[in-house]
Amino acid sequence: MAEPKVKYDRQLRIWGDQGQAALEKSNICLLNCGPTGSETLKNLVLGGIGSITVVDGSKVEVGDLGNNFLVDESSLGQSKAKCVCSFLQELNDAVKAKYVEEYPDALIETNPSFFSQFTLVIATQLVESSMVKLDLICRNANVILIFARSYGLTGFVRISLKEHTVIESKPEHFLDDLRLNNPWPELKRFAEGFDLNVQDPVVHKHIPYVVILVKVADEWAKSHGGGLPSTREEKREFKELLKAGMVAQDEDNYKEAIESSFKVFAPRGISSELQQMLNDSSTEVDSSSSDFWVLVAALKDFVTNEGGGETPLEGSIPDMTSSTEQYVNLQNIYQAKAEADILAIERVTKNTLKKIGRDPNSIPRATIKSFCKNARKLKVCRYRLIADEFNSPNLPELQKYLTDEDYSIAMGIYILLRAVDRFAANYNSFPGQFDNAMDEDISRLKSTAVGLLNDLGCNSATLAEDLINEMCRFGAAELHAVAALVGGIASQEAIKLITRQFVPISGTYIFNGIDHKSQLLLL
Amino acid sequence: MADTSVHLQQQQPSRSRDLDKLLLRPGNLVGPRFEPGTELRDDLQAFAKVLVVGAGGLGCELLKDLALTGFCNLEVIDMDRIEVTNLNRQFLFRLEDVGKPKAEVAAKRVMERISGVDIVPHFCRIEDKDIEFYNDFSIIALGLDSIEARSYINNVACSFLEYDSDDNPREETIKPMVDGGTEGFKGHARVIMPGITPCFECTIWLFPPQVKFPLCTLAETPRTAAHCIEYAHLIKWDEVHRGVPFDPDNPNNMKWVYDEAVKRAELFGIPGVTYSFTQGVVKNIIPAIASTNAIISAACALETLKIATECSKTLSNYLTYNGSEGLHTKVTEFERDRDCLVCGPGIRIELDPSITLQKFMDLLEEHPKLQLSKASVTHRGKNLYMQAPPVLEEMTRSNLTLSLFNLMGKLPKDIVHVNGMTSKNDQKTSCLRKLHVVFKGVDGVADMDTAGGA
Repeated sequence: MAEPKVKYDRQLRIWGDQGQAALEKSNICLLNCGPTGSETLKNLVLGGIGSITVVDGSKVEVGDLGNNFLVDESSLGQSKAKCVCSFLQELNDAVKAKYVEEYPDALIETNPSFFSQFTLVIATQLVESSMVKLDLICRNANVILIFARSYGLTGFVRISLKEHTVIESKPEHFLDDLRLNNPWPELKRFAEGFDLNVQDPVVHKHIPYVVILVKVADEWAKSHGGGLPSTREEKREFKELLKAGMVAQDEDNYKEAIESSFKVFAPRGISSELQQMLNDSSTEVDSSSSDFWVLVAALKDFVTNEGGGETPLEGSIPDMTSSTEQYVNLQNIYQAKAEADILAIERVTKNTLKKIGRDPNSIPRATIKSFCKNARKLKVCRYRLIADEFNSPNLPELQKYLTDEDYSIAMGIYILLRAVDRFAANYNSFPGQFDNAMDEDISRLKSTAVGLLNDLGCNSATLAEDLINEMCRFGAAELHAVAALVGGIASQEAIKLITRQFVPISGTYIFNGIDHKSQLLLL
Repeated sequence: MADTSVHLQQQQPSRSRDLDKLLLRPGNLVGPRFEPGTELRDDLQAFAKVLVVGAGGLGCELLKDLALTGFCNLEVIDMDRIEVTNLNRQFLFRLEDVGKPKAEVAAKRVMERISGVDIVPHFCRIEDKDIEFYNDFSIIALGLDSIEARSYINNVACSFLEYDSDDNPREETIKPMVDGGTEGFKGHARVIMPGITPCFECTIWLFPPQVKFPLCTLAETPRTAAHCIEYAHLIKWDEVHRGVPFDPDNPNNMKWVYDEAVKRAELFGIPGVTYSFTQGVVKNIIPAIASTNAIISAACALETLKIATECSKTLSNYLTYNGSEGLHTKVTEFERDRDCLVCGPGIRIELDPSITLQKFMDLLEEHPKLQLSKASVTHRGKNLYMQAPPVLEEMTRSNLTLSLFNLMGKLPKDIVHVNGMTSKNDQKTSCLRKLHVVFKGVDGVADMDTAGGA
């Protein structure tokens, strides 16, 4: 076994040692190991997931050889779960791989407690009735659930759990936390140590733009009754003031200051999304609260008190033109403030923990530190029960999707993917599953879909005939490429949920393999 | 179709059980030339030949996906050998394969598991193959991680493209390409139909320059400031600070790496290490995971099937994927650059029939749009002059003093392919150009409007 550090190097760069440790601790259950399920697990096994249990009651048939890489000719007639499991083991011997030769639909009926042993269940190719039952089982057992389905050139992925909270959401584009619109005393003092009229041109062009902006904003405030530029005209004037400070054309630090001047204009305080989180009833913590909500409660306290309306400072600064020494000094100023804010949050957290009867040291300092660094980026994702979405979807959204040019095809696919299950429940086969009943199936699928829309309260809605025909043409085929794509998404979501990093998808992701105009539907 | 045969078809177990639904049945949302039936499926297996360029994260997936999507004739080209860091995503490789050529192991593994599929591996650089090698494929699927390699294959594929007298692309000369790329949770998949949709060069601005260094370069042969920084960051740090993790947000840590990088740069006489540059390099390494590669490759394989069969609509023409914050996919229809040097009708060069090959090559070097030096010239697959290898150079050297008109079989006008070096942003890059050579005063073409370089 090569050092896992080396083997996992390229992914450790994304989710780090902590994320990897979470993956290695997790215990995953896969329901149905056709290509969609097999490909999902393949990606997770490669990444070093802890243990897997493959549940499938079927035997490998000739048709499976044409769409599933994890079975081969020698598997014919054998348990599909066993064959898939043995190939997965070959991919990574660090993974504990087990299989259960049973049909998932039956297992859901007969042994619901089976699922409580897992961190996460990935349910592939389940029909609606089984989805609804499994969803309730997992919701009650607090097990994360991901549904994935491939159907012809279409498919979907849907996550289900009560609540998923994220500290390290790692957004790609996020405004740095410089507080140029609200500098604290140490930063102001640091800026005061610089002379913007310094004679030495080399020194002048190495003054960090942060210092320039703090000083010029201060100057502006003095002549504008303590305020910062807010109107378009004022912002323009402010930039002119900056430009006037340049002593040469090639001063990159001043160019950066002008480009970054919007950071001075940005509104103070926290985002509306974060405010909403602070207002959440979960911030009224008790002994059953999660660490996350205990920390959010502490954050709420901090924002109201020490923070003066702001979150703890992130502490890192972007690259900027500067002498090395001054840049490092500036970094130290930000680091020191961030450290002080962490201490404040830590203090409140300990008090809160004590109040709710928990060990005041039960939340590690590293967690508190990471929480503070990411305070502006916290995420809470909540998911409706499948049964709720299916029985009473968000009707205004649904109607909007049906008529919206960008969403109507995806919405049509969503309806038809549900209609095929109703069809199967009524006629014991999927529409178009057999060649000899195509015309009949098309009209039956159409009336089933119309019936479904009526049940959902969309009486006047219509679906594109072409799409209904295509759905029948697909005849429940599980194409390898579609399965690999849908399975790829399912495995990606599993990784995000287990590592508690990045943001999982919030609604139902509809894959449209016809022209790739896939959409996320929030119903 | 008689009922009995339908019955028979259902009873017969078939590998293509699922794919048949798509290939044997008529559909509404399909391409204009979709002709469903067993013939289509059989032709796909018998005649469609796909080249997979790259046997890495995308290439492994592509080979598997294409082999399970009805393609039976595949070839794969890759110059790399398997490394331990590939194993978290390149699922065709095992620990015991480390050090072996990727193309060979990948081809073998897929053939072992899927009977009826033939995969020919090519363990070499893409530039090592004759241009004609690439003309042999129906579709080229790209699973690459470098702009240069994409650019090269794009040049080659576009060089086969011919235009008719109205400057419309000749269909039979279009070499379709499907291109994928990933970085972390992000990726793209695109379809390139030279002459119809934008080629790689038309939209070159989509690709910001990328940085990637092999560890051996860092340890033994640093050349740039970035190499010095990565040496200090990845190797020296661990040697000195055993067990203490490097924190890029800790100024003292960063300063330490910077100081070490400076020492190394001085030792090697490399200029350009600054504190600011140190940060840029240390925080920018291209990560790769299995799921994104699977997603992007699958999209590419699906499009390859659609190009070959028209069994559905095609991606038009660029899909971007981002799975880090929720899931965002977007299809953008980019437009061709009408003046593109690579996929456009080509540069027209009017010559006197008496011109020698040497003089022609001199002209290419002086040509304002081309500035093409170190040229190797081929005409209809025949080497007129080759810079390398030495054997070929010697064999073709005598052509330099001969008349190009005679060398080209006294044709009044024809296409000539020139491979050479050109400078782009002060950097020399290899390129392949397609030139329309027209000889003045032969067969009445002298009257045509032949403004040079149009």
